[in-house]
Amino acid sequence: MSLLSIRDLRTEFSGPAGIARAVDGVSFDVEPGEIFGIVGESGCGKSATCRSILHLFGGAPARIAGGQILLEGTGDIARMTERDLSRVRGREVAFIFQDPLTALNPTMRIGKQIAEVIRCHRKVSKTEARAAALDLLREVQVTSPERRLDAYPHELSGGLRQRVVIAMALALRPRLIIADEPTTALDVTVQDQILRLLRERRDSTGTSIILVTHDLGVVSQICDRMAVMYAGRVVETGSVRQVLDTPSHPYTRALLAALPGQTGRERDLTPIEGSPPGLISPPPGCRFAPRCRFARPECAVGQPPALHPRGETAHLDACILTEVPDVLA
Amino acid sequence: MFQVILKRLLMLVPVLIGITLIGFLLLQVMPGDPASRAMGTRASPEELEAMRRLWGLDQPVWVQYLYFLRDCVTGSFGVSIFHKLPVIDLVAARLPFTLGIVLYSTLIALLVALPFAIMAALNRGNPVDSAIRQVFVVLIAMPPFWLCYVLILWLALGLGWFPTGGVGDGFAANVYRLFLPSLVVGLSTAALIQQSLRSALIDTMKADYVDTARAKGLNGRAVFLRHILPNSLISTISIIGVRVSWIIGGTVVVEKIFSVPGLGSLLIDAIVSRDLPVIRGLTVFFAIMVVIVNLITDICYALADPRVRLE
Ligand SMILES: Nc1ncnc2c1ncn2[C@@H]1O[C@H](COP(=O)(O)OP(=O)(O)OP(=O)(O)O)[C@@H](O)[C@H]1O
Ligand code: SF4
Ligand SMILES: [Mg+2]
Repeated sequence: MSLLSIRDLRTEFSGPAGIARAVDGVSFDVEPGEIFGIVGESGCGKSATCRSILHLFGGAPARIAGGQILLEGTGDIARMTERDLSRVRGREVAFIFQDPLTALNPTMRIGKQIAEVIRCHRKVSKTEARAAALDLLREVQVTSPERRLDAYPHELSGGLRQRVVIAMALALRPRLIIADEPTTALDVTVQDQILRLLRERRDSTGTSIILVTHDLGVVSQICDRMAVMYAGRVVETGSVRQVLDTPSHPYTRALLAALPGQTGRERDLTPIEGSPPGLISPPPGCRFAPRCRFARPECAVGQPPALHPRGETAHLDACILTEVPDVLA
Repeated sequence: MFQVILKRLLMLVPVLIGITLIGFLLLQVMPGDPASRAMGTRASPEELEAMRRLWGLDQPVWVQYLYFLRDCVTGSFGVSIFHKLPVIDLVAARLPFTLGIVLYSTLIALLVALPFAIMAALNRGNPVDSAIRQVFVVLIAMPPFWLCYVLILWLALGLGWFPTGGVGDGFAANVYRLFLPSLVVGLSTAALIQQSLRSALIDTMKADYVDTARAKGLNGRAVFLRHILPNSLISTISIIGVRVSWIIGGTVVVEKIFSVPGLGSLLIDAIVSRDLPVIRGLTVFFAIMVVIVNLITDICYALADPRVRLE
């Protein structure tokens, strides 16, 4: 059984212009010990999906409107009360936010911030928690960790700060770590180190990781399986090899075609012609239809097409074509 | 830290020279003759002349200014024409009451503002929030003198819980007697703090590190008390600082109505009797207080927020 099964998840943001269905029927599975990549253009609902898992919307007017988030052995997180959630958060599922500067409390020493997650779930003394925090800093390869314990976030470099955030995430050996663009706010030179650290920690602790990124290169390097999202929905999912080597959904193909080839470092998703639809009243049928070069009249009617198997097992996509023409770009 | 404080105090000197100059020149153009005020209308011209000579009022303006500077440096700040005492002694006798009102009213303000700011922030956008806002808007809009009379009529004359004015001997007596004047001053402070703290709380609630704290598994109460509230309170430090500098010289009305012998009433009396040395001395003294309060505010800021350094 999968560690995490998300089924038909729906998350809405209500605003003055109406209700934005940021996550509109998302389904995917995360297996134990794997790194699961989520990619897609800005605003397609990657963060909203991740945040739904722990009900953390940063005070935004968001709510989970439907679907299930099944954590193995724990049940449906989508319907949990705050009280029950607080037992899952930090202990079973941890979160790594994009910007480690804003993700750390600026007025609290980092040792205390790490100790907090331990003391919140286990009855340990301050000294024990501090010792554990020190061990965690060593584990994430922070240099001179004793000195860092009493530092404030602004006194550390971006890379060190993200290591601190990772240390907090690892503290209670959660089964799942959600990392929402953990390197986007960092210098290019430290991005690799942080990703390597994450993979290494996965290798030695066996935790699963959901990794949101804009960088398909990163996905192909460190992820095992992945999902491609478009306008609040998953359009293709499978193993990284299946999706990146034999992409079947026209959107995935367009994404790959838009890459500047080879191993260039700048592998951010170059936007495809046109822009994604608004999420308040998206067009009927396939949401990619207005930009899809293979679109047919029947694509733009009714419900968005559901994910269905494409060739090999566990390679799913949401295109109505039985055979997508095999031409790139 | 100590050196920085010393440096800041030294930076005071040019500011004070400017203040003395402005204060001095402004009073030169003020109508009214201190000597005739002091002696009364029946004094003979000779007596007035003698008086002027005694106080140095017959000297050229710049000489008078130099005398004044000397008095500031020696610490007497001049001698009151009316009270015949060094200004510093008058200030020393009245400062405790003014400082008392400052601290007492700030304490009252915090006790009033804190719960209502929290309640408003937790209920932002709903009727509780707007009801609280209405009440504090009314508080800000109420003229202090009017509020003074309402409180006197209601709590002092009506219910007899408090005296209508005056000060007492000793700490306990003044905690009781200064309550109403401090309440009047404190309620406007409370309105300021409530508004700024409410918006600071609402901003902080959206901060990423609050999500981090919740992601750790902390319950709402712990997230609020350990992360949201402390970080929000930092921003009220400067509000309190500005307000305190204002109260030190700005409680004239309240002090007059409640017969509190503080700095505000000293200033008013000096203006009425054209007691030039007192007015000048107080001007400089208020300027020093403003700078000191600013310094203390900055020190508190630096202590509360590790990102801020004292400069
Ligand atoms: N705070 C918010 N208030 C209202 N709507 C929001 C808010 N945050 C997100 N949304 C809506 O949810 C949609 C998805 O946002 P989300 O942050 O999940 O995108 P994303 O895929 O993470 O994008 P990015 O790559 O830029 O991080 C947005 O297009 C927007 O309509
Ligand atoms: S369903 Fe139609 S529009 Fe959508 S991706 Fe497939 S071909 Fe393109
Ligand atoms: Mg995002």
